[in-house]
Amino acid sequence: MMHLGQEALLAVQESAISPSMESLGRKHDGPAVILRGLHKSFGSQIVLDGIDLTVENGETLAVLGQSGTGKSVLLKLIIGLQEPDSGSIFIHGQDIAILQLDALNEIRKKMGFLFQQAALYDSLTVEQNVAFPLKRHTNMTQAEQRDRIKELLAEVGMEGDLKKMPSDLSGGMQKRVGLARALALDPGILLLDEPTAGLDPITSGEIDELILKLQAEHDMASIVVTHDLHSAKTIADRLALLHKGKVQIEGSFKQLEESDNAFVAEFLKRDY
Amino acid sequence: MSPNARIPPRWNSLDAGQAAFSVPSLLVSVWSVINQFLEWFGDLGLFAWQVIRAAVRRPFEGRELIRQLDEVGSKSLPLVALAGAAIGAVLSLESRSSLVRFGAKSMLPVALVYSIIHETGPIVTGLVVSGRVGAGIGAELGSMKVTEQIEAIEASGVNPYKFLAFTRIVACILMLPLLTLAADFCGVLFGWVAETLVEPVSFHRFISEGFAGASFSDFLAPTLRTAVFGLIIGMIGCFQGMRTKGGTAGVGYSATSSVVLASLFVILADVILVKFILVFFP
Repeated sequence: MMHLGQEALLAVQESAISPSMESLGRKHDGPAVILRGLHKSFGSQIVLDGIDLTVENGETLAVLGQSGTGKSVLLKLIIGLQEPDSGSIFIHGQDIAILQLDALNEIRKKMGFLFQQAALYDSLTVEQNVAFPLKRHTNMTQAEQRDRIKELLAEVGMEGDLKKMPSDLSGGMQKRVGLARALALDPGILLLDEPTAGLDPITSGEIDELILKLQAEHDMASIVVTHDLHSAKTIADRLALLHKGKVQIEGSFKQLEESDNAFVAEFLKRDY
Repeated sequence: MSPNARIPPRWNSLDAGQAAFSVPSLLVSVWSVINQFLEWFGDLGLFAWQVIRAAVRRPFEGRELIRQLDEVGSKSLPLVALAGAAIGAVLSLESRSSLVRFGAKSMLPVALVYSIIHETGPIVTGLVVSGRVGAGIGAELGSMKVTEQIEAIEASGVNPYKFLAFTRIVACILMLPLLTLAADFCGVLFGWVAETLVEPVSFHRFISEGFAGASFSDFLAPTLRTAVFGLIIGMIGCFQGMRTKGGTAGVGYSATSSVVLASLFVILADVILVKFILVFFP
């Protein structure tokens, strides 16, 4: 199930021993994300029970599973919003568990996160939402920021809604703006939490197409958490199915279909 | 409608036997309350430590601080001024009849000014801002918490303890003394208005008599103690807001608990600080 070679792992562990800020800026040749023996519990409830996953640069991994299997928790662990009970998370070769907050924030700048409900700042306009990371993490002039915001919103088809408030947008439009904000700093890794949840099939299809287009243009590693099998099949290179805190199966959609695992068969039958 | 119709069923159904409880269960209940209180204080301490740690790191979020100064200061000014004016007028009218009874009517300006500057202005400002700003911060941050906006800020590499909490706490600390001065001014002004409607007296004379014998320390200590009120209001509002759990009910609880706790601690702090001020500025 693990695709990580011994040499790559050693290289990752070596770089994790001395996490330098300089290495954040350079292009990393190894996998974008490596999860090793990840455990997470809430009280007596074990959510993740030894997750091992690897996502290569430019690859899209869809994480599937029933509601409450820890898919969203997995994403929050990867971006450091929650801490694992045990295990390691390597982002471009850096073990984020041993990083101080400032260094972790530098890593976070290299990742984009689309939340399940988009999580747009509701006191800010669409333009200000997308400007938020640009204002804080770049030295762009006002004019450069405006150009960048227009470019990002044009990419997601929202260039005409700069001055709208999030409350004036539909669910699909909020997801588009959330995507534009996630892409603002041109991240190397994109994390998408249920990008099509709560959307009608047509809007879901549009969001899927948008994600595919953005992946092709930005060449990012992406992890998409979803229980929408249609969406996963469309946008992902590889799928991982979580069940009872473990990766039940990992591979292409075809490999999942051919699996003789009873749970996998049941999941595909019910959701597809 | 029977007399018991309004009593909630849970209580209505209790008879004397059920209402009785044993001493051990009472001790357990008391211990549970104490435990929750200590736990809350511990969490507040950890929160304060996070804010202090975030505060000393760059960037200093100057723009957000200015926005919060406006939010806490300018937008609270009308309410604080109105409350100060009302208290000044009422104090003037109420004090007048008492002082006339004791033949000390001429003491009205000085009694009013001392009362407002020393106690009424600061505590009224503290309580009014607890209500307006405390509830606002609790509800705003609570709403941001349940809609994952705070996590979105964190995920974008910005420290929410600095961006959201530190800026609001500093804005409260800086603005409370200024708002207190506004409340003091309006209180004295409308105290004079109330007095002059009954018995005309020039404003110049009223002020001269009111501030006769007053020193700078009479102003300084009571006004600056409201900075502590600001710290309490900002800290509790942010803490309650950022630990919100659940949906809209959680947001409502955060807003209400922010006001209740902030008002309670402002009153407690007032008692303690008045004692300190009397010791150091007798």
